[in-house]
Amino acid sequence: MLLTKPTEGHLLQLTMTIRIRQLTKIYRVGVETIHALRGVDLEIADNEFVAIMGSSGSGKSTLMNILGCLDRPTSGTYELAGKRTDKMGAAELARIRNEQIGFVFQAFELLPRQTALRNVELPLVYARGGWLGRRKRAREVLQRVGLGERMTHRPNQLSGGQKQRVAIARALINKPTILLADEPTGNLDSQTTEEIISLFKELHAQGQTIILVTHEEDVAAVCHRIIRLRDGEVASDQPRESDPVHRERLARGAAVL
Amino acid sequence: MILNPILLIQTIFLAISQIWANKMRSFLTSLGIIIGVASVTSVIAALDGLRTLVLDEFEQIGASKLFIFPQRPAGEPRNLYPHERIRLSMEEALLLQEHCPSIAQLTPQTSLGATVRTMSLQSDTITATLTGIWPSWHDIENRSVVAGRPFSQIDEENARRVCLVNEDAIKELRLDADPTGDFLLINDNRFLIVGVVETREPTLFEMGNATTEVFIPFSTAARMQPQNFGFHIIAQAISPEASDEARHEVEFVLRRSRNLGPDEANTFGVESIDQFVQQFKTLAAGITAIAGGIVAISLLVGGIGIMNIMLVSVSERTREIGLRKAIGARPSAILMQFLVEAIMLCFAGGLVGLIVAQTMVMGLARIPNAGLEAAAIPVWAIVLAFAFSAIVGIVFGMFPAIKAARLDPIDALRHE
Ligand SMILES: Nc1ncnc2c1ncn2[C@@H]1O[C@H](COP(=O)(O)OP(=O)(O)O)[C@@H](O)[C@H]1O
Ligand SMILES: [Mg+2]
Repeated sequence: MLLTKPTEGHLLQLTMTIRIRQLTKIYRVGVETIHALRGVDLEIADNEFVAIMGSSGSGKSTLMNILGCLDRPTSGTYELAGKRTDKMGAAELARIRNEQIGFVFQAFELLPRQTALRNVELPLVYARGGWLGRRKRAREVLQRVGLGERMTHRPNQLSGGQKQRVAIARALINKPTILLADEPTGNLDSQTTEEIISLFKELHAQGQTIILVTHEEDVAAVCHRIIRLRDGEVASDQPRESDPVHRERLARGAAVL
Repeated sequence: MILNPILLIQTIFLAISQIWANKMRSFLTSLGIIIGVASVTSVIAALDGLRTLVLDEFEQIGASKLFIFPQRPAGEPRNLYPHERIRLSMEEALLLQEHCPSIAQLTPQTSLGATVRTMSLQSDTITATLTGIWPSWHDIENRSVVAGRPFSQIDEENARRVCLVNEDAIKELRLDADPTGDFLLINDNRFLIVGVVETREPTLFEMGNATTEVFIPFSTAARMQPQNFGFHIIAQAISPEASDEARHEVEFVLRRSRNLGPDEANTFGVESIDQFVQQFKTLAAGITAIAGGIVAISLLVGGIGIMNIMLVSVSERTREIGLRKAIGARPSAILMQFLVEAIMLCFAGGLVGLIVAQTMVMGLARIPNAGLEAAAIPVWAIVLAFAFSAIVGIVFGMFPAIKAARLDPIDALRHE
């Protein structure tokens, strides 16, 4: 009986996909020190759909880069799917990025000379056994993001929305634990933004855990949880329904996507 | 670094496509390697051809042959060492034959000018060089008769007036196709033609092109000359390896026969073909080494060109590197990507260089009388060219590749 409580607590920990404690990030530029993150605590469970918002310079990208294992915190702990990543070496982090994380960038970051298919396949080049059925998997995931007809096009033959779909397909190909998107619609017009957002909604409905950074309240409004950062700290972290801005917009009668 | 073979293959294909995408730049970059490899392999090929030719000549003369001849010590005045003091004597020839265990057989050889004509009244008189020899000459020079019989010990002992002619002499004197049994008038004395030897092309080292040869027994030749006539000795060591030993034995025997004190220089010379072979091999190796030095410099220059362009490539593709890292490429995979690209660039340069060299060598081989018909790029030079190209690629590609591998993914993605 004595053992029950700690065991329960341990199980609870394991169910959290992301667990962040007292995370800080300090940049030093010359003599200046910039506190990009000042002690962030965060837990994100499986299949959550989270928006991170905040004014420019509030630390959103810094947080996303750490979540995506592209960067390491100055202090604090980051546990992804039960594993501490904040102390990992470069090769280990590369493996985590390859197997657990799908990252979608604002500027798409496609290789310009490669076809959509090849761009999507790229993570499998660095995956263990990734050559097995690679082409087939790439086709499937391109189909899933609605680009079945554009597989052999090169980036300069695709529209912005199509490019971002290729980038999302690339992020999805290795079945990541979390899909991260830093302002994925920042370079797109409102029509295309809506299309991409509904794609994210679909993916979430299929069980994908998604965290995205956005400036646009319209975009955040589709997420189930909204985290607002201010000066490197979490200013508010609430379900969409209790987020003050969201409620105000609803009251004004804004359409929910 | 764990080398994943599948990743390696993919990396090689990636490198090839990268090189192909920048054809012009790749070509200009590897020009240094191309020129380096092309020049050195063609020089080596030419040298190798020359070597084969010269060694073949030596082989033909006989690698186990020794020449023994009178020689004034270098720098000594002529009056101190008159001809009588240095000339070889018959006694010495016999001593050498008897007391040099490393010498299988020998023959003295002397030359004298004479007028030669046939018995026919219409015959022209020609001036020919007669060569006096022992019967062992046939063996030593490897020249058996094609008609008639060789010289015998009886011819020698009795100083018989017999002679051998070669095919060119038959032509020049308009003799019968098989003149065995006919007579020649040599200095107005009748000589019986006992046999015919083949005409041999003069070797590289024999001057002139008088190919008409008439041979007479050495003792006969001795009688036709003054008391102190000069001659040299051709000896054959029991094997090419023994020729050094044979030289020492000859020196020992001759010095003793001439009562030379320990401070006195040799009054004769002994030289072996093997010695020339060794000298030539040393010379060829020296030239090869110099060519190697030149190629090392040109590959160094080529390598710096490769490094330069790889640094440009890394900086141009910083965002690509960032992206590859972001989706899970380990530093080692990025390192390999750029290293393989540099190596492939060098390999391609080496390959093109070899093709250029092969073309040049084929051209060289066609030059008439250059003696380079045998010129060909030896396999070791091909292997070496590729090995050097690969080493240059690794050495000069390493720095840019490390630079790429060390890039921080975020910094790289932020790069403009
Ligand atoms: N590499 C860096 N070097 C120095 N300062 C940085 C760096 N990256 C971000 N910062 C600073 O950290 C703070 C947070 O930046 P960022 O996370 O990019 O904000 P956001 O994405 O919310 O606009 C800003 O003040 C920014 O200037
Ligand atoms: Mg940002």
